[in-house]
Amino acid sequence: MTNQSTALTPRRVARVIARCWAIQLKSLTRSGFFLLVTVLQPIIFASIAFFMFRAGGQAPTLLYAALGAGLMGIWSATLFGSGGIIQWERWQGTLELLVAAPAPFVLVLFPATLATSSMGVYSIAATLAWGRLFFDIPLELAHPLLFAVAIPVTVLGLGLLGLVLASTFILYRNANALANLLEYPVWLATGLLVPLSLLPDWVGPIAYALAPTWGIRAIRESALGGDPLFAIGMTAVLGLSYLIIAAFSIRHFERQARERAALSLA
Amino acid sequence: MTMEAMSTVNRGSSLRRDLRLFFVGGLISYRALFNWLHPKIYIPTMLGSPLFQILFFTNLGRFSGVETDSFFVVGNAVQVCAMSSIYGMTMTIANERYFGTLSSLLATPANRFALFLGRAMPPIANGMLVSAFGFAVGIAFLDFRPPASSFGALAVIVLVTVVSCTALGMLLGSIGLRARDVFFASNLMYFLTLLLCGTNVPLETLPGWMQAIGRSLPLTHGIDAARSVAGGAALGDVSGLIRTEFLIGGAYALGAYVLFRVFEIEGRRRASLEAL
Repeated sequence: MTNQSTALTPRRVARVIARCWAIQLKSLTRSGFFLLVTVLQPIIFASIAFFMFRAGGQAPTLLYAALGAGLMGIWSATLFGSGGIIQWERWQGTLELLVAAPAPFVLVLFPATLATSSMGVYSIAATLAWGRLFFDIPLELAHPLLFAVAIPVTVLGLGLLGLVLASTFILYRNANALANLLEYPVWLATGLLVPLSLLPDWVGPIAYALAPTWGIRAIRESALGGDPLFAIGMTAVLGLSYLIIAAFSIRHFERQARERAALSLA
Repeated sequence: MTMEAMSTVNRGSSLRRDLRLFFVGGLISYRALFNWLHPKIYIPTMLGSPLFQILFFTNLGRFSGVETDSFFVVGNAVQVCAMSSIYGMTMTIANERYFGTLSSLLATPANRFALFLGRAMPPIANGMLVSAFGFAVGIAFLDFRPPASSFGALAVIVLVTVVSCTALGMLLGSIGLRARDVFFASNLMYFLTLLLCGTNVPLETLPGWMQAIGRSLPLTHGIDAARSVAGGAALGDVSGLIRTEFLIGGAYALGAYVLFRVFEIEGRRRASLEAL
């Protein structure tokens, strides 16, 4: 008889994460909605910012706007993707199977939310290409290597924030409504296009607890000049704390849903 | 009873039927097909999202130094009616197909004109409410202070603009009777109105082709009129803009009705009414 142990080895964990990420990413790239959210919507918002910045003449470079609009796309993809993921699995009747699978649910959910934020890389690429082609924005990066590090760290940070969102939405039936609500406030509060210094002081502590604040800082400082290492580190640290919060939260909500036999009903 | 009298009675009862279809049918279809009616969805989506949209663009306007706060408050307060006019209207028509009720509906002898137009009434009322909320946000949080004498004129302008924008939603809804993913188009249109209709970017700063598209869309002239009135102009001063807004809406409504009928006839002929 062969050994059918389901113990989690690092190799198995890596395999679960890689497979779930790849499947989810394939599924998302075939969605018209995600094409809109990750490519067209950021291009429209980047264009609005470009025209406003040009007309006003007070704001910084257009590359500043392109990067901000790109990260807005990453946040939208994460928000709608991660917020809706439990609901989609529920609608497809696969949620119970995923929860009952030998792999811990957090290990299944994490790559799925990471895939949603990974989709956001299209946003950065789209807004930079749009700015270069139609607005003649020079794409000269101050620290290309750090830029190449800042992007995946930001995607990871937002993916883990998405995991927290997904875990809290397990018991909430109308996740899409919350997602609709949370898009603009996070764009605003994390300084993606509007500097935090223009916002009321009480926004500061909220902003610093959100990965997009540090992610955009890391990306901007690596692209426009500055020292992005601290911001990259903060994004990574916040990502790790999101993972811990999400692991507890998923276990708690999963147990509640099992106890109430309401996993597919909530 | 003479034939003439019977014909008069039939005409009267037919009118009553059509009016009932217009008002009651429109309301019932809205309750059934508008996905966001429950307060748990309505409040975050129809009120929460516009609230933060207005705050976001006003702050972006302050940062870019392009216009005053009231430019963004008025532009966005009028534009957020599209939450109801575009999304709501699209859902109220296109969801018949997604929910599998389109064939049953079109098998009835109901007057198509009354059936179609009746669906526009609830989104119009809702759009007015969302826009009014948008103006209230400006007054409460952004120190927006239009002259009290402008409230009546603003209400008229918003009504015309909401009607016009709802006509655009009807057009998208009609396309949804045939297209695979009409909500892609309605989302895209909502975002485009932020760029092309002078909502956030002064129209004259856009390239000529964008200005031309913007001027052919609902909202553009309504927003322009609302800004003038909020700045102290009288309703009569912007009557040309209001008329243009209304005519644009009329053209979209006509296009929507023609498409609705064409897709109905085509759907029957090809037995493809509910093909997704």
